[in-house]
Amino acid sequence: MTMQYQGKVWRYGDNVDTDVIIPARYLNSFDPKELAAHCMVDIDETFAKNVKAGDILVGGQNFGCGSSREHAPIAIKACGVPVVIAASFARIFYRNAINVGLPALEIGKDVAEIHVEDILSIDTAAGTIRDETTGKVFHATPLPGFIQDIAAAGGLVNYVKER
Amino acid sequence: MGMTMTQKILAKHAGVPAVKAGDLITCSLDRVLANDITAPPAIAVFKKIGKPVFDREKIALIPDHFTPNKDIKSAGLAKIVRDFAREHQIKYYYEVGRVGIEHVLLPEQGIVAPGMMTIGADSHTCTYGALGGFATGVGSTDLGVAMATGKAWFKVPDAIRVYLTGEKPADITGKDVMLTLIGMIGVDGALYQSLEFQGPGVASLDMTDRFTIANMAIEAGAKNGIFPVDEQTRAYEKGRVSDDYAVYKADDDAPYARTVEIDLSKLKPVVAFPHLPGNTKVIGTFGDIPIDQVVIGSCTNGRLEDLAIAAKIFEGHSVHPSVRCIVIPGSQQVYRDAMKAGYIDTFIAAGCAVSTPTCGPCLGGYMGILAAGERCVSTTNRNFRGRMGHVDSEVYLAGPQVAAASAILGKIATPKEVK
Repeated sequence: MTMQYQGKVWRYGDNVDTDVIIPARYLNSFDPKELAAHCMVDIDETFAKNVKAGDILVGGQNFGCGSSREHAPIAIKACGVPVVIAASFARIFYRNAINVGLPALEIGKDVAEIHVEDILSIDTAAGTIRDETTGKVFHATPLPGFIQDIAAAGGLVNYVKER
Repeated sequence: MGMTMTQKILAKHAGVPAVKAGDLITCSLDRVLANDITAPPAIAVFKKIGKPVFDREKIALIPDHFTPNKDIKSAGLAKIVRDFAREHQIKYYYEVGRVGIEHVLLPEQGIVAPGMMTIGADSHTCTYGALGGFATGVGSTDLGVAMATGKAWFKVPDAIRVYLTGEKPADITGKDVMLTLIGMIGVDGALYQSLEFQGPGVASLDMTDRFTIANMAIEAGAKNGIFPVDEQTRAYEKGRVSDDYAVYKADDDAPYARTVEIDLSKLKPVVAFPHLPGNTKVIGTFGDIPIDQVVIGSCTNGRLEDLAIAAKIFEGHSVHPSVRCIVIPGSQQVYRDAMKAGYIDTFIAAGCAVSTPTCGPCLGGYMGILAAGERCVSTTNRNFRGRMGHVDSEVYLAGPQVAAASAILGKIATPKEVK
């Protein structure tokens, strides 16, 4: 699968919870397109309307906290966002993102140096992020052990089927 | 080096003599759980794998979130779960009229027991740590794979020891203990870690308190929360599960990332202000906050003892004219026991609406959605922006005693203020 991406940043703060990523009032469906139409609506009404395929979502600490709903990474992925970057991720979201084939890069406090509408070039295999707007380069915490294999397979279902 | 209680359960289920924090392991699962929102995507994943269910007697499918169904789409989701449960003869499937809120129902019916390894496609699966088992929330893909394989991978967590001392005062509930802790360590204070509750103070927490506390481990970012098995656990399990369950204990030399100490005797009733469960404030340290709605129920506080606490406060009082108070027993058993004890009559006489068990309003599903600008005091577990309705509504999390007193007085209050 592709490991290199370039896109424009949508920037959010700390503790972006899965209720705002996809509110429960839309969880009567698990169709990715339907979920994508409401993605981030309770934090940013403009996101679902204006997000372009290839754009990158960047959050602060504890991104994806709260509910275990996998609908959250599914909605983000279905918006065409290929990678999510944050200072840190809530553990269920992190697991779900890898499982559905949405790379999630954790970069700690460096995230403060990434700004809205910056252009990022990302190599998920190497874990490197280059901010083309500022010229700065950041390194993500590498995925441990076989979790790299799950990510490389494009998610847990492919990984399990391959074995 | 020794192991924490959590690490011992993980090692046993991974089939290895020892694990340490950071190890990646694959564990055999004793229970695999999903609800009417998370099961349908899990079932889709399960079908892609194309294997039979690993064990029909270890899977629980509990339609509790949008049931009795709130709309046509949610009825469609429930039907997917129902059809799957029938086709695969899933042992623990409950229909409306028998179903309860999953994390109230499973312990109550003895479906989860001490020492068990449980994953659930619901973040509050961590509730079962109250019984001395390992239980954690996952997403639908992990769940779908687990239904086929009976296994899941884990990164072994390190732990925060929460050392409880003193005796819990009569006007304090498990909710006050947990909101206080989350206020101390923050909503990501235990990220990727276990919360291991220990110390002499544990004895003054009844099982309902422990369920409430373990339930909200996720609200501190924790992978799981866990209590030791003691006489109260054994008494609770008598008649619910066979007595051959495994009891795990942390080693004396178990490593902890840090210790957080709480003297229960010094706790005061608290609420968590919008929009994070860690925005904890002691009642009395802020001015009057008028409210529009109160919800008493949920997987956090929908058990009989929670209703007993609220009913006792409502006796001889009415819900404030400008407040709607919604009471939701967590299971049919809780509902019947509350009826026999007279609590339901007390609630209705006071002017509360009493509902059949459902997660409903807690996640802004139905049965008590908030309008713009409205404020709710709720015994549920999350007060994120828009959680219970309009994005401009507010949720204040509290225990059942504070919820009942607030419903009567029309503002955030403690029972001491109810004359």
